[in-house]
Amino acid sequence: MSAHLKGIRAIAGDIAEGRISAVDVCRDALDRIERLNPALNAFNLISGDRALERAASIDRLRASGTPLGPLAGVPIAVKDNLCVRGMRTTASSRILDTFVPPYDATTITKLEEAGAVIVGKTNCDEFAMGSSNENSAYGPARNPWAHDRTPGGSSGGSAAAVAAGCVPLALGSDTGGSIRQPASFCGVTGLKPTYGRVSRYGLLAFASSLDQIGPITRNVGDAALALSILSGSDPMDSTAAREAVPDFMAALDGNARGVRVGVPRAFVSEGVDASVLSAFDASLEVLRGTGATLVDIDLPHAKYAIPVYYLVCTAEASSNLARYDGVKYGYRSPEASRGLKAMYEKSRDEGFGPEVKRRIMLGTYVLSAGYYDAFYLKAQQVRTLLKQDYERAFESVDLVVMPTSPTPPFKLGEKTDDPLQMYLADIFTVSVNLVGLPGISVPCGFVDTPRVGGTDRLPIGLQLVGRMFDEATVLRVADAFERDTEWSRQTPAL
Amino acid sequence: MSTPLTIADVERIATLAHLELTPEEKQVFTKQLADILSYAEQLQAIDTTGVAATAHVNAHEAERDDRLRPCLPVADALRNAPDGAPDAGLFRVPRVIG
Repeated sequence: MSAHLKGIRAIAGDIAEGRISAVDVCRDALDRIERLNPALNAFNLISGDRALERAASIDRLRASGTPLGPLAGVPIAVKDNLCVRGMRTTASSRILDTFVPPYDATTITKLEEAGAVIVGKTNCDEFAMGSSNENSAYGPARNPWAHDRTPGGSSGGSAAAVAAGCVPLALGSDTGGSIRQPASFCGVTGLKPTYGRVSRYGLLAFASSLDQIGPITRNVGDAALALSILSGSDPMDSTAAREAVPDFMAALDGNARGVRVGVPRAFVSEGVDASVLSAFDASLEVLRGTGATLVDIDLPHAKYAIPVYYLVCTAEASSNLARYDGVKYGYRSPEASRGLKAMYEKSRDEGFGPEVKRRIMLGTYVLSAGYYDAFYLKAQQVRTLLKQDYERAFESVDLVVMPTSPTPPFKLGEKTDDPLQMYLADIFTVSVNLVGLPGISVPCGFVDTPRVGGTDRLPIGLQLVGRMFDEATVLRVADAFERDTEWSRQTPAL
Repeated sequence: MSTPLTIADVERIATLAHLELTPEEKQVFTKQLADILSYAEQLQAIDTTGVAATAHVNAHEAERDDRLRPCLPVADALRNAPDGAPDAGLFRVPRVIG
């Protein structure tokens, strides 16, 4: 297997056994990024010197006989909304164009302690607001399977970097599908852990009751390994749960016997592309073959998840993004000379892109006097009903299965003029965040689409959703599915 | 509720949000926000009488002990400031009074 197609465990094993040095692995990754990034625009920053130094220190550790961490020498990429001390972190926003964090996110500390080598920061939608990576101040990342299509969003650069074989692990963040949907669009595996499973300290906040950090990988086993490292309570994040962290790798026994998988048929039948539906139906048969039992379930309020989500997340965003005001960090408009009010208003107007401003405006509106009850409170009440839908479903099933996205990756520019159309593409992912559940997207098929001079092969993803803190079952069934299919082993021609 | 959103509404929200929008932005946002809000009105049809609001899904807050611990040094905190005054340990802003 060529080096860039190897997973985390294979690379770490090669380094630990001395078959290759961490520096050579790092150089390979950097060379590949340098070659592919001009076309993919997956990286906002490539941290070559720092990465090579870290890799050299791993090689020295090994030479001295010091035990190595489980990720020793593994090159990884980090979504550009996660703070890495001393490494420019922009959230793909002009307002943070020059921001250099003075501290590390907890997830970064954990991965580096395990020996991971950060090779760069990945492109994303500005402040993680978007489903196509087109809301980036640095231009969109591109889908490695078809360069004129979106890699998905908001963690589009992370998914593209893994799909293109630049790194075997990239961190993303998922507020309404931002790990799972790009994983689906790029033909890789993306895991959104349970809300509270992973510390959010050092993640530039978008919607604090929904945001969760998770891994994008080439296979389910690697996602399980990454989650074991990322999980756990944190004195710096009061929402990071003290729940025990099981050995997620041990849960992967290669079958799904005894697992009841709920199929919300009514919810899945409307507005879904035929290619997605056919891959979904074929996947249900594969799940049955792994030993799972399929059960019809109903999620009667799931169809309301989009309006609930966009009222809740924008309200939270309008509050979280109030901190960007031209005072403590980030961009300050030259018009600040007109006074304090102009400094706030012009810095924010010039620093934020259109989607971020739209969401701040919407969130401010739904929280404002006279509209709070009708919009924000109402959305929170329907959020309760949605939670009850899932609780009821989980009385008779252990997992819920849905497509990750109603369509294969769409073309860049296709939905940019109509924000509402863009929002509707999140129908299968947002409810999972509103309820806090863990969810994974794994490759489950491809659709051939004609283009000028040839055919594009576009990935399709399958989403598995579990009970709170039951990532073990999610990963176990996803892994069994992966073993019985070839979809995860497909790679784009680059 | 069903009153259409006006440019005046958008201007009022922009002021609350500390955004000075351009005339073009006001036009575009008025239409787009109206579209999104009218889509969200479907929630009004759901009976939520007596349903509690869910603001977050935390199982429980995990508060740490309230003990003194090292924090970010002032010089580090000021390093990203557009107009920091490290010698005084301050963020500088345009004159506010007089």
